[in-house]
Amino acid sequence: MRNIHKLSGAVAAISFAVAATAAHADEVRVYNWSDYIAPETLEKFTERTGISVTYDVYDSNEILDAALLSGRSGYDVVVPSTHYFTRQLRAGVYQPLNHDLLPNLGNLDPDLMSNLEAIDQGSEYSVPYMWGTNGLGYNVDRVTEILGDDAPLDSWALLFDPEITTKLSDAGCGLSMLDSGDEMLSPAMAYLGLSPLSENVEDLEAAGELIAAIRGNITYFHSSRYVSDLANGDICVAAGYSGDIFQAADRAEEAGRDFTIGYSIPKEGAALWFDMMAIPADAPNTENAHAFINFILEPEIAAEISEYVRYANPNAAANEFVSEELLNDPAVYPETDVLQNLYVAVEKPQEVQRARTRIWNRVKSGR
Amino acid sequence: MMPSRVTGFMKRLQLGRRGVIALPLVWLTLFFLLPFALVLKISLSESVIAIPPYGPLVEYADQTLHVFLNMGNYLFLLSDSLYLAAYWGSIKTAFISTTVCLLIGYPMAYAMARAPGRWQLILLLLVMLPSWTSFLIRVYAWMGILSNSGLINNFLMGVGLIDSPLRMMNTQFAVIIGIVYAYLPFMVLPLYAHLTRLDNSLLEAASDLGSRKLNTFITVTLPLSMGGIVAGSMLVFIPAVGEFVIPELLGGPNTLMIGKVLWEEFFLNRDWPVASALAMVMLLLLLIPIVWFHRYQSRELEK
Repeated sequence: MRNIHKLSGAVAAISFAVAATAAHADEVRVYNWSDYIAPETLEKFTERTGISVTYDVYDSNEILDAALLSGRSGYDVVVPSTHYFTRQLRAGVYQPLNHDLLPNLGNLDPDLMSNLEAIDQGSEYSVPYMWGTNGLGYNVDRVTEILGDDAPLDSWALLFDPEITTKLSDAGCGLSMLDSGDEMLSPAMAYLGLSPLSENVEDLEAAGELIAAIRGNITYFHSSRYVSDLANGDICVAAGYSGDIFQAADRAEEAGRDFTIGYSIPKEGAALWFDMMAIPADAPNTENAHAFINFILEPEIAAEISEYVRYANPNAAANEFVSEELLNDPAVYPETDVLQNLYVAVEKPQEVQRARTRIWNRVKSGR
Repeated sequence: MMPSRVTGFMKRLQLGRRGVIALPLVWLTLFFLLPFALVLKISLSESVIAIPPYGPLVEYADQTLHVFLNMGNYLFLLSDSLYLAAYWGSIKTAFISTTVCLLIGYPMAYAMARAPGRWQLILLLLVMLPSWTSFLIRVYAWMGILSNSGLINNFLMGVGLIDSPLRMMNTQFAVIIGIVYAYLPFMVLPLYAHLTRLDNSLLEAASDLGSRKLNTFITVTLPLSMGGIVAGSMLVFIPAVGEFVIPELLGGPNTLMIGKVLWEEFFLNRDWPVASALAMVMLLLLLIPIVWFHRYQSRELEK
């Protein structure tokens, strides 16, 4: 039901109002992304610690952001993505973590953690939960049928090149982009050979023009509808989140479609994101929140979640518990040379943020 | 004995009257005036990175009271054509949808009002029944009907009328279909109420005096049902301007409506003050037709 993520704002508003009631000694309130934990994880946590879990979900960073910024969200653990986390940290949303209560911190992969130094040095306020990439999902059979065997499946050209997108669109093979200036303008800049993290408004404009030029070939801009449409064959190229595309691939397979869905991390560079577990400054159950975070950092637990949600965990000690199949899947655990091409989105100053939203709006509406 | 009982009764009556008025008054103050004042307050403040993400209006420091009223958010709305375009897009979409609703709804209401008595209730139920299922599910159903691999396209391609699917989903067309479908009952019901009250003897008189059916309709029926037309149009137009769900689900990239822009200001730019200013202007825009409708209604009542 990710399609109604904007509506769920209202639902979230109600649920955090409810959550803001009195604290319980043996309780922890977790607010996490939807479909983002293994079914047995919470039960195991309660069994082990005797702490009951109130577990609510959201499906966009914006919803969480609004809940946290209104103050008194009532949650003990929240899981924002990196670029939202930095904004919230600056607004004073989070409290420093007590590392004495997190003995499992040492399990984290130091190489991956070096990506987070600029965001939260030494995990002072946050610990990564899972990580993934934003790349290209495509209908392997349809795309190669239209473009031939030398289709640039590993390049943003599949989505940004005017000639290629026209060919696909003319053949009735739809394309979709995420509805987010941040998540689409950055890869467009990478494709143009500019820095994907550029704060230069001219660079953003150039990226906007690139997308505006092929806008007619884009079926829609939406951040979740592509999951079912890729699986149905309604569209055949989508910019999307790695885990969502794997989900589409699974659905297509389950439904016995005559095509397969592939995922690639484009060679020009793509976004590497982390979802960060953090404790709001006004959390009612701080100690239990630490216990929960420490529990997630256990190798077996991290592996179990990865296995279920098909996102990689940042837990080096967990690798021996992750199945060979998942660990060797380059789309989930990319190889080192691919990893080097990835960038972590960071927060932008208010003017750049506004300029980006405006450019994105112009791209979409042609105004 | 008697006089005191009468005054007691009068007193109780007055108390009752006040009680009756108090309830809606409290309701409106709590759920309309208060939120309205809050939004107005935020629209006059400055955007900051903090909890909450807007600055205070009143500050007391050094024995002076500082009041900040930031008009910048309203001026900002004028600086970028996006906002005007979005207001215009919303009003245009709402206007077209209202017109289509009226064109479909009037004959429906007319037929219902003219139908034999025992049929009227069934027809009325048929108009209202769809609203018993969730609004969201019905909009999703339209996605299934209009999409490229949806009902209409599958049928047309199956019959062989078209080779490649017609693009209906994610267009302005789909948004208008969605709004017309969702709000049609709001048009039909007031029209029906007006048309059933129509005095039949007036129509007979017109016919006795040699008026043709079409002429009777234009000179008698239509003017007498004007109240219903206005009421129905307002009930469709006003919510359609602020509509967010239907354009979000059925609309395409070039559907520019104020609800979506508001959402972006609030969630993407995280600029609560500008978002609030946008909401205030929208409210003012909607106030104009509401006030006009109110005037029209009181004039009607005086007649």
